[in-house]
Amino acid sequence: MSARTWNASQTMLSRLGSFARIREVGILAAFVLVVAVTTAKNPNFLFSPDGFRDLLLTPSILMLVAVGQAVVIITRNVDLSVGSVLGLSAYLTGRIFVDFPSLPWPLVFVIGIAFGACLGLVNGALVAFAKVPSLVITLGTLYAYRGINVWWTGSDRINASDMPDGFLALGTDSVANIPVLTLIALLVLGCAAWYMHTQRGGRELYAIGSDPDAARLYGLRVTRRVLVAFVVSGALAGLAGVLYAARYGTVNSQVGSGFELEAVGAAVIGGVAIFGGSGSVFGAAIGAYLLMTINRALPVLGVDDFWQRAVVGALILGAIVLDRIAAARQVKRFARMREASHD
Amino acid sequence: MTTPPTQGHSTPALKLKDVAKAFGSVVALKRADLTLAHGSIHALIGENGAGKSTLVKIIAGVYQRDAGTLEYDGEPVDFASTADSKAAGIAVIYQEPTLFPDLSVAENVFMGRQPLRSLGRIDTRAMREQVAAIFSELGVDIDPDRPTRGLSIADQQLIEIAKAISLDAKVLIMDEPTAALSGVEVERLFTVARSLRDQGCAIMFISHRFDEVFALCDTVTVMRDGEYIATSPIADTTVEAMVRQMVGRDVEALFPKVESEIGDVVLRVDGLHQTGEFTDVSFDVRAGEIVALAGLVGAGRSEIARAIFGVDPYEGGTVSVGGNTVRRKDPADAMRKGIALVPEDRRHQGVVLESSVARNVTMAIRRTLARGGLLWGGIENTAAREWAARLEVKTAALDAESGTLSGGNQQKVVLAKWLATHPRVLIIDEPTRGIDVGTKAEVHRLLSTLASQGLAVLMISSELPEVLGMADRILVVHEGRITAHLPRETATAENIMFAATHAAEEAA
Repeated sequence: MSARTWNASQTMLSRLGSFARIREVGILAAFVLVVAVTTAKNPNFLFSPDGFRDLLLTPSILMLVAVGQAVVIITRNVDLSVGSVLGLSAYLTGRIFVDFPSLPWPLVFVIGIAFGACLGLVNGALVAFAKVPSLVITLGTLYAYRGINVWWTGSDRINASDMPDGFLALGTDSVANIPVLTLIALLVLGCAAWYMHTQRGGRELYAIGSDPDAARLYGLRVTRRVLVAFVVSGALAGLAGVLYAARYGTVNSQVGSGFELEAVGAAVIGGVAIFGGSGSVFGAAIGAYLLMTINRALPVLGVDDFWQRAVVGALILGAIVLDRIAAARQVKRFARMREASHD
Repeated sequence: MTTPPTQGHSTPALKLKDVAKAFGSVVALKRADLTLAHGSIHALIGENGAGKSTLVKIIAGVYQRDAGTLEYDGEPVDFASTADSKAAGIAVIYQEPTLFPDLSVAENVFMGRQPLRSLGRIDTRAMREQVAAIFSELGVDIDPDRPTRGLSIADQQLIEIAKAISLDAKVLIMDEPTAALSGVEVERLFTVARSLRDQGCAIMFISHRFDEVFALCDTVTVMRDGEYIATSPIADTTVEAMVRQMVGRDVEALFPKVESEIGDVVLRVDGLHQTGEFTDVSFDVRAGEIVALAGLVGAGRSEIARAIFGVDPYEGGTVSVGGNTVRRKDPADAMRKGIALVPEDRRHQGVVLESSVARNVTMAIRRTLARGGLLWGGIENTAAREWAARLEVKTAALDAESGTLSGGNQQKVVLAKWLATHPRVLIIDEPTRGIDVGTKAEVHRLLSTLASQGLAVLMISSELPEVLGMADRILVVHEGRITAHLPRETATAENIMFAATHAAEEAA
């Protein structure tokens, strides 16, 4: 009997062990730790109404973009244009409110997303048919989209007074203490995770990233799937742009600059392998929360501006080193298993 | 008593006629004929480069044929992609397993056609159960939930077989499925193949092992140099007859071996070990000698060569040239000590296709050619001209792009590059892969001449005639270990293949 309980507790322990080894759990723990430490220093960070709201709200827009980015990275591609897509969609949304004030805001909301999806389609089509690595293609569209944005916007700026209240409420209202914006982001995350995990299309995206040549031999529709991944990334960047306009109320030509790097960073920190095939949109979402929360926590902890960037850099490097070590260990372990089975 | 053949079984499952395929100027298939019958296991044999794998890929829809007809169940068909052929019921097991390393075993088996529940959700439990059922039928113990990364080639091959079984294929094509399997695993595969045959499946089996062909197949088709040679019932043919049809020429005449004076030991490899790659590899190569590393693809031969040259690491053991130890993982040191490596993948690792012939030839000796840190075109061209002439590289001009040369001439450019460094040891991995028959003989003559001039040559080759024709001694590698050491006089295709597929019998 005692042996049995011992066995049972062993299984429990090994289950706990494999649970702790899941990348998402580690990132979540890091996030909790950052919040706990910062709250200990300044209780308002978590326990004031504003603090709680900011904790949830600030990372939501990045989270949307990071989820789209994760979908693209899982297919062994990358979308560097998301910041520019976000900026253009935000400005388009504001522009429509100014020029066509009679349009109902939900329609404008949908137009913003559709516009982002179109920009994503351009990326996807260029990657799929020009047979040029996505890194180069989306670096090009990053500048091209931003250029269009600057040419179109000039020194103009959209203000909160140009937008209807119902729309602006998206960025400020809460339901049961949870900001609407966060709810939207969580809904999107849930859908994306569900698709990636349970649908054939989602699993094929993983397969394509894991070995594109094998995917072709399997007869998977690689070109189409990759195209769709870019459209999804574009649509989510478009949605993020619309929500940016709603939340901040002012849109100029530089909205979303540098967002692409934060989105890639969030995905990498969250355990999405940069060579595709593994990781999850959940990981990327938690990565976005960790990244933005650290940005907000460091000033509270009295760390000055220079070190804030260095900490983010260290986080990304740490995540990559961790992945490499884990992968090397796995290879060694499998090699030993094979040798053991031969003897 | 026998049952009369049914309607479906009287038309062949698959019929190819006069199929041809060329890649640019390289003709892979000239004229291939093949007829697969239901309830039959058909062997397709031929030397490496005979066009077997190209034929397989045309049937699978990976390549599109340039000419000829393809009939499936009596109907002319065109498979535009592997999805088309799969949907028609053709399963292909390729020479190298094609799996997704990050995904689970069960997902690999069912990718693209997973069983579904409501809302289009993948029924993971059904998937796992079906895979487990197939594995227990095969008598395999693989966890359906583990990722395929890190599985042995044999286990990966079994997953490919599980894939074909789950597909319920009408035609099953196996391109050297037994290349990396042990005896028990081969027997298991044969049992599965026979039961599929009895269910009416048409099976095509590609193998280099005659004993397997005789044990499993009822019909055999021989191909040579991209052409159909003959089809006969297995009972009406012999190994000798098949070899004659496969080779179609005298083996001796093909390999003009120059007898050379065997000198002192130049390369000594002692106890080389790398977990998961190779174990306890010890041998030496003398001046004037050609030593062949034979074995199956994936046995670890290239890995050993790369470790000796210092490209890949090794955990234990030593490499020395003329008594001087070569530093681990330091190709520059290996080059200084006199080792040259002509890699297997010529297009990626051997020549810079976009650069000129002259630039390629002088690449490894740039430093010694440079004057005052600068490389002058005149000096470069003089050196390149000398080596190109010595190796008889056929090129329009020395400044022509290397990519425009034929495979054989590209190989000569790579050889010239390394010979210009005046090596003492030449390691050459698959020296004639993808080279046409005429040029092959030239490369062989060249290697033989170099050895007779005192170079120590270590040659990796998967082509048995090449090994038997060229080498003074043959080392056979199986799963990272040297399992046989055969001098030229006693080596035969049979004892090499035996050692390549079986672990060494220490007691024997």
